Amino acid sequence: MAELRMREALRDAMAEEMRRDESVFVMGEDVGVFRGAFKVTDGLLDEFGERRVRDTPISENTIVGAGVGAAMNGLRPIVELMTVNFSLLALDQIVNHAAAIPYMFNGQAKVPMVIRMPGGGGHQLGPTHSHSFEALYLQVPGLLVACPSTPGDAKGLLKSAIRDDNPVVFIEHESLYGVRGEVDDGGEELVPFGEARVRREGSDVTIVGILKMANVAMEAAETLAREHGVEAEVIDPRTLRPLDLDTILGSVAKTNHAVIVEEGWPHGGVGANLSALITEQAFDDLDAPPQRVTGADVHMPYSKRLEQAAIPHQEHIVSAALATLEGART
Amino acid sequence: MPDLPDAATCYELLARMALIRRFEEEAGRQYQRAKAGGFLHLAIGEEATIVGTTSVMRDEDFLIGTYRTHGHAIARGTEPNAVMAELFGRVDGTSGGRGGSMHIFDAARRFMGGYGIVGGNLPIAAGLALASQYKGEDAVTVCMFGDGASNAGNFGETMNLAALWTLPILFLVENNLYGMGTAIERHSAQTDLSKKAEGYGVPGTRIDGMDVIAVREAVSAGLRSAREEERPTLIEVVTYRYRGHSAADPEVYREREEVEEWRRRDPIESFARRCVEAGVLGEREVGQAREAAEATVLAAVELADASPEPPLDTMYESLYALTDYPGGWYAVDERSPEPHRGEHEADMPERARELAEAGAAYAEVEEEGERPNPALAGDAQDHTASRTGPDPEERED
Repeated sequence: MAELRMREALRDAMAEEMRRDESVFVMGEDVGVFRGAFKVTDGLLDEFGERRVRDTPISENTIVGAGVGAAMNGLRPIVELMTVNFSLLALDQIVNHAAAIPYMFNGQAKVPMVIRMPGGGGHQLGPTHSHSFEALYLQVPGLLVACPSTPGDAKGLLKSAIRDDNPVVFIEHESLYGVRGEVDDGGEELVPFGEARVRREGSDVTIVGILKMANVAMEAAETLAREHGVEAEVIDPRTLRPLDLDTILGSVAKTNHAVIVEEGWPHGGVGANLSALITEQAFDDLDAPPQRVTGADVHMPYSKRLEQAAIPHQEHIVSAALATLEGART
Repeated sequence: MPDLPDAATCYELLARMALIRRFEEEAGRQYQRAKAGGFLHLAIGEEATIVGTTSVMRDEDFLIGTYRTHGHAIARGTEPNAVMAELFGRVDGTSGGRGGSMHIFDAARRFMGGYGIVGGNLPIAAGLALASQYKGEDAVTVCMFGDGASNAGNFGETMNLAALWTLPILFLVENNLYGMGTAIERHSAQTDLSKKAEGYGVPGTRIDGMDVIAVREAVSAGLRSAREEERPTLIEVVTYRYRGHSAADPEVYREREEVEEWRRRDPIESFARRCVEAGVLGEREVGQAREAAEATVLAAVELADASPEPPLDTMYESLYALTDYPGGWYAVDERSPEPHRGEHEADMPERARELAEAGAAYAEVEEEGERPNPALAGDAQDHTASRTGPDPEERED
């Protein structure tokens, strides 16, 4: 094991898979000479050359579409979209093509590609550069959706994504790139899709958090234990499709209370979806309605003060956990 | 005018064009009979463009097209039965009834689809070519699209990428003079489409798409430039569709005289005449090509109609390529609360069954020739805005 930053863990995942499989290559805006807008692809051009580390024009839909075509013709492209915000320009290729092709051509074509996209708010980048689109991609059948919260999971999930035969939307959080964590450096430690990680065990309330919010949920759990004597179980689903609902339901059966935390918008969000699934599948286990903690239902404001108020913090999670424990309907 | 190829090639060109023509006519008729559903885009009039192109492609080359590609698949060698069965939504269709008319696909013949989104196939074509180049293979990707797609952002993006990366690709714009119902003068500032990619570094030529030999010559040159020099080019093939944009098109945007004018240049008639006049083919062979097409197409209808509907328990097949760790939920319905949707015949609601059994979800259309326009109706079950489609018997020669 080694202690690495998330950006290094992601780079190692790509480098190891590229060494292992000639058909894996990287393309995206500024991934080569510039070494990646967030320096995730640092060093790849030097090791693998321009054939396998390809700087592209600013043409999101065509970059993804070229990835789809290359995948249909036997390669395993890793397409980096500079941020999730720009993935909206590629939505046609992601939804109408990458996700639909295997099904609409009845399995005659596979689309084994990874579309990496960093997102999330907190850097005063305002309305067009702070999106969280986990829910958007979660909705699309045919896609797999990964959203790691630790460097170790990031590496293991990305390696799995590269080897998977399905199109994977791989969402990274910009605020986590510099976070350090234990990472397997042996090369074969894959994190399987559809397997949640219980990051903290507890018996009083289940808190499900994704991306950065899994980490904020961990802080909230410590506060709940220290200040309120509440033992929270924190679960990071790690992938939203496939979703390890069994682990979440098993936890709710034990704690009888659920809180779901995400940075994205509330309506039709990840929390809305999980809350519906928990309510449908485990209604009798619940002592109170599930609580959702989400980003504010606005376009991300630039002002530091407004922005921070729009993003969930551990205090929101603590309040939600206490509210559900009190059975309050907010 | 370039010379005619040998007699066997001429016969093959004629027979293939006649087969596509006859297939499309029959597809139109079957659509009127509600055997085929959704939208139906026919390529009648554009046969020389299609066959001229495929006739000089190698087996290893890729072809990718639009939502008007029944003929392109057939030209690549796909069984007409399988294309017709796809229009009927049956298991023996090219996509097992999941794609329909707009999404024909045949991996074995490297016909890489049938795409319903205008311009959506362009970036994918670049990717196919990129992979061939990456793997050091000789295959060229031929990317066909319509004049309307030349206005989509994907056109510029893909031309730039192809030129920048010197991809082994040939772009072929099938300019039939209308983007749906909007004439080219009204949708493109540059109406000479062969010039439209020059600024991106993709030079173009304009050719007569009603002349199968001219198409062959131009496509041969384009393939050579892509294969040997990795130099992408654009061929503008000026052609014409005799029928509407789709079967639901009332054609208010053009005069009947214009259609008649183009019909006088019919690619099949003119090629047959030329072959006979040159003594390469006899009248007997021309007749034989037509008869063979007739027999093949009628057999295709019969086989398509005999093919079963997709069983409901195949609803989720091929949505995902399942790997070693099929943990968790991939699709919500896989484990949604009972009753599961689309798993058991018994769970099929009565209303759904009625609509399905009536063919293509048009249960209330009883009279032949009367089809609603799904785009106008909004809901296929709402026939208040139904419209009478053109009668193929009346419109065709």
